[in-house]
Amino acid sequence: MSEPAIRISGLHKAFGRNLVLRGIDMKIPRGQVTVLMGANGAGKSTLVKVLCGVHQADDGTVMLGDTPFKPETPSEALHSGVVTVHQNINDGVVPDLDVASNLLLDTLASGGGTFLKRRQMRARAREIAVAVGLDIDVTLPVASLALADRQLVAIARAMAHDPELLILDEPTSSLSAAETKRLFEMVERLRDKGVAILYISHRMSDIRRLADRILSMRDGQIVQQFEQKPLDYAGAVRAMLGHEITEVDITIPANGKPVLELRELVLREGAAPFTMTAHQNEVIAVAGLVGAGKSAFAGVLFGLNAPVAGTMLLDGKPHKPRSSGDAVAAGVYMCPKDRLVNAVVPDFDITANITLPFSRRHSHPGGFLSFRSERATANRMIGEMGVICQGAGDGILTLSGGNQQKVMVARWMAEASRVLILDEPFQGVDIQARRDIGRKIRETAATRTTIVFVAELDEALEVADRILVMSEHSVVGDHRNEHIDVSAIMAQVVEAGAARAAG
Amino acid sequence: MHKSSSYLDIAIRYGFLALMAGLLIFFSVTAEGFLSPFSAVFILQSVAITGILALGVTATLVVDGFDLSIGAVATSALMLSAYVMVVWEMSAFWAVAISLAMGAAVGAVNGFLIVKFKVPDLLATLGMMFLLLGAQRIPTEGRSVSTGMALPDGTIATGTFSDAFLMLGRYRISDLVPLSVVFLIAIAVLVWGFLELTRHGRLMYAIGSNDKAASLAGANVNRYKIIAYMISGTLASFGGVLLAARLGRGDVASGNNLLLDAVAAALIGFAVLGASKPNAFGTAIGALFVGILLQGLTMLNAPYYTQDFIKGAVLVVALVFTFALSGRTGRGAA
Repeated sequence: MSEPAIRISGLHKAFGRNLVLRGIDMKIPRGQVTVLMGANGAGKSTLVKVLCGVHQADDGTVMLGDTPFKPETPSEALHSGVVTVHQNINDGVVPDLDVASNLLLDTLASGGGTFLKRRQMRARAREIAVAVGLDIDVTLPVASLALADRQLVAIARAMAHDPELLILDEPTSSLSAAETKRLFEMVERLRDKGVAILYISHRMSDIRRLADRILSMRDGQIVQQFEQKPLDYAGAVRAMLGHEITEVDITIPANGKPVLELRELVLREGAAPFTMTAHQNEVIAVAGLVGAGKSAFAGVLFGLNAPVAGTMLLDGKPHKPRSSGDAVAAGVYMCPKDRLVNAVVPDFDITANITLPFSRRHSHPGGFLSFRSERATANRMIGEMGVICQGAGDGILTLSGGNQQKVMVARWMAEASRVLILDEPFQGVDIQARRDIGRKIRETAATRTTIVFVAELDEALEVADRILVMSEHSVVGDHRNEHIDVSAIMAQVVEAGAARAAG
Repeated sequence: MHKSSSYLDIAIRYGFLALMAGLLIFFSVTAEGFLSPFSAVFILQSVAITGILALGVTATLVVDGFDLSIGAVATSALMLSAYVMVVWEMSAFWAVAISLAMGAAVGAVNGFLIVKFKVPDLLATLGMMFLLLGAQRIPTEGRSVSTGMALPDGTIATGTFSDAFLMLGRYRISDLVPLSVVFLIAIAVLVWGFLELTRHGRLMYAIGSNDKAASLAGANVNRYKIIAYMISGTLASFGGVLLAARLGRGDVASGNNLLLDAVAAALIGFAVLGASKPNAFGTAIGALFVGILLQGLTMLNAPYYTQDFIKGAVLVVALVFTFALSGRTGRGAA
């Protein structure tokens, strides 16, 4: 093994009381691709942001070669030789400028003369492009390039600095199979030149193709590293999930009659059709990686987008909502994810936030609101959900995240529904609120069918009778939440990418 | 937290009303005759038209929009109602009805541009403002409308402003309270009731605070936005009708200050009772505040050209109240 380019020990980082990195110890050797795996919230992005100078660590040391490395700003990290290519491709390039200007953007930004020397710029840009094997006309505007080429431009510019360490943060998440292949060829070329590469991904096909070593990260620590060839991929996945099985006991009740039947539903062009039935008294969790199509699925049920093909039946009758208003009228409710963006009305108190969708029910003829009826519902729901507040008139933003989320769930539980969709209801809530919300979902489930979209398998195990796995905008697995084989589900969740790369 | 910030809370809540009370006391002591009923009525009359426009713009502010075309809509309605009576020789009823329909239609177009064509609200209504300022001058080749004027085709207009129409702007109940003041109060109560007491108003506030959340709660966001602009357009055109009735002619040059005065009143309204959001009560108080200030200063013989300066200063102070002091919640923070 070659000498490490970078050595991290005891790295800590907290945001407020939330400890995100709890003592990271790792090294990244030259001339190898080190893959970092971790579930959502494990702290991967925070680690990357510390390394590229966006955040500063609270404690711990980073050694770059023999010198301590403590970047205050992204440009300082860049000049020290740590180059990062971010997940969002368009963060890395300026689409309106041509390739040459993009390749030389850092030089432009750091000054030296006022006027551009076009001929010199193009010549220098061509050198940079050739050095990384990027065969491209440097006079083209970046906006006309394919996604992968934009990505390669960003990497090429990064490489012009002769970096010690190249960090790629889920670089393939929006690339096609062919584009991914080109990216991999470039990564391999750079590795052979002796660059240390930290590659962050949870796409199994990428990892199999590139990894020389794997680090599994969980709860802000590196829990295990894998260096022995052949690499133990399954072990790496297990380590990143680290299952202590949660202590919530699920007793699966007998299914009621079918409520929602989906037949040969196609969520987007090219996705495989799927069929499923959701029953009364049933809580279904839908698991899958980011981009697996969970949001598209929820949106189709709630009338935000139409399916490409297939039929939906609600209590035996066709369900074709054309808007969220249609869906609500049909008794299909959705508590959306990202509550601050999609759900919370910041100017309103708890009461008005709860009654928002059902203001008609709290109105007299003529549209005048009955404040008494609103207040009664709000007080009832605050009691049922256990929202911690001083009263129903509290502003919604005075509550903690968990209590805000309880109010958002209460909004949709205040009225009887046929289908209740909860999109990531445990997002950004503490463990107590998560338990409360999960218990409430199960307690009230008898009168409807409930579909919970989850980010983490743990959440599904805590709340569901049945767990569906989504990948490539289709349902690829269906498991009863009983004696469940977590690694089998995980395999379905993660292996999905492999099918795409092969196909 | 309640103890330490209570003084600040009181200051934010009642600061503006206290300022207004102080102003009233100051003027009643220093300016002779300021406290007479006549003076009070005069203040109300001076703010009636801007107040009505301000209530309209409040409706668009509630849905987090903005309507810069209100001044132009008002002057267009002024010209249109005069044109209907003088050139087309139609009755007062049609003059009012056609003008209000024009205002509602302009509001609908504004709303449509913003909602369907995604034109930013300031730009859409600014464009509409220029369009209307130009359009209202075309039929008369840029001249004012009055009985006996020469039309572009050489004929003489013989229609007149009917007495019923002039009453709208000039009639005084018991020889004291002008009809326009009654309209202002009635419209203020209606708009307040609509925004605060009905579910439609509640949904409009929800849209202004977080339109994504309102949409995902099943509200028809686009429809409510269009309605808000239609309310704004209709009220602005009504203001224009009242102005025409007061002037008794279609004067191209009047109504220049309407937009700025109305917007100032609506924005001052943010600060009243610490609302930090657009609200009908605050808007009415805001309009009144400006009226009191200007009337008092006039009675103290302050020169007319200081008026805009003072209005601007009041607006800046009110905005500081809203956004810096009480901006901890509400859209001041966003």
